[in-house]
Amino acid sequence: MANQKKLGMQSIKFENPPVLTAWATIVGPKEGEGPWGSYFDWILEDYEFGEQTWEKAESKLLRETVKLALSKKNYQPQDIELMVSGDLLNQITSSNYAARELQIPFLGMYGACSTMAESLLTAAMAIDGGYFERAVAAVSSHHYTAERQFRFPTEQGTQRSMTGQWTVTGAGAVVLEKGVYGGPRVTCATIGKIIDLGQKDVNDMGSAMAPAAADTIKQHLDDTNRPSDYYDLIVTGDLGKVGSALIKQLFVKHGIVPEPNYSDCGVLIFNETQDVHAGGSGCGCSAAMLCGPLLKKMEEGKIKRLLLVATGALMSPTTSFQGESIPGIAHAVALEYL
Amino acid sequence: MNTAEDRLKKIEAQEYQDMVDQTKPKPTVVKNCIWAFVVGGLICTLGQVIMNFFSARGLSQVDAGSATAVVLVFLAALFTGLGWYDVLGKRAGAGSIVPITGFANAIVASAMEFKREGYIFGVGARIFSVAGPTLVFGFVVAVVIGLIKVVFG
Repeated sequence: MANQKKLGMQSIKFENPPVLTAWATIVGPKEGEGPWGSYFDWILEDYEFGEQTWEKAESKLLRETVKLALSKKNYQPQDIELMVSGDLLNQITSSNYAARELQIPFLGMYGACSTMAESLLTAAMAIDGGYFERAVAAVSSHHYTAERQFRFPTEQGTQRSMTGQWTVTGAGAVVLEKGVYGGPRVTCATIGKIIDLGQKDVNDMGSAMAPAAADTIKQHLDDTNRPSDYYDLIVTGDLGKVGSALIKQLFVKHGIVPEPNYSDCGVLIFNETQDVHAGGSGCGCSAAMLCGPLLKKMEEGKIKRLLLVATGALMSPTTSFQGESIPGIAHAVALEYL
Repeated sequence: MNTAEDRLKKIEAQEYQDMVDQTKPKPTVVKNCIWAFVVGGLICTLGQVIMNFFSARGLSQVDAGSATAVVLVFLAALFTGLGWYDVLGKRAGAGSIVPITGFANAIVASAMEFKREGYIFGVGARIFSVAGPTLVFGFVVAVVIGLIKVVFG
């Protein structure tokens, strides 16, 4: 029997597309000063969020974002049947501790900075599969927890590379529901392959991830048989300035016309003057942009069809010290107002 | 067996590397060098001023040198604690890493960072996480030079 829900090689379509009924995002002070400050639900005053450690702050950030998204529909945590969530830290601790407090059945995800798309498509599959009616997909990242895990102590006087990106402090949460009318829906998704073209520079994630993003976008358009201008906006997660310059060249190579409907969350989230070098990164980057400006613009009808392609660099400090290259991944999720 | 495939992969990776090299912004070498020269020079000048001060008070050359190191390390540690040294380091690069103050910064930054994991497994275990290599290879070189001196001296 032919599989009705699978499209082409790597894509899936949702028979009863789950609806995004509520979403929320909380971001850090620096993100709040960026061009989209007024679109975020809540901007933190400092990076501690009233906690003793940055790790605790990140977990609280995630937990509060989920609660905020639920409160918009007057839901309590016990009304939600599944939480799909991830972050950047070892053992995805921010998500684990947030799920401990929320007491929602929990699936942990790790896709580095691609986790927002990964969580969203997993939650959507669980709903369209008929197993659950209401789920929440959420991710978080925190500049200082990521910095100390992946790079140097934060007070160390190091010089950042021009290709380096600034990990976004922020969390986003989306409530997905079955059979409710109105609102943007998850209509199809493409699960990406790991593409590794041998990039090793940990200060240049954009170059490591761009081929994966280009591959996933091409595969998505092939599988769904859609032209690239089907979407009002194709937005990648956190390629930054270098990565998005590269992906535009890769688009040409793949025969895709990206202009003018292509952009990148990492480029968008900060102003030129904020001294972030190549742009933003981290799970929070695509999550904050999605749950802030992008979904808001969908609600206002300015964007009808959005393809979110969150990108992840799946390396660890250990493997990079051992000389391994950086595996890149990208997952695509199509959101449409039907 | 699949050498053709391997070769193709290699070519693809090389092609991409060329593309990346063309696209990457060039590091601002001249600007960085000027910053490093000026800041590094100022730190060294400050050291000389402190040393002259101690010498003028009657300390011997060696003692004045040690006292200067103590003062510089203290100042760097203080500025790290106040959150100023990383702001300087961001601009000055090697200019603020190479002098003894950079070494102090590396140790204090690690100590501050890992304090939250406790005094034994945090501060104690991780304090040399950045400065460690300097110590290890400093010791190695010291031993080698010592041996040379014993043999040829």
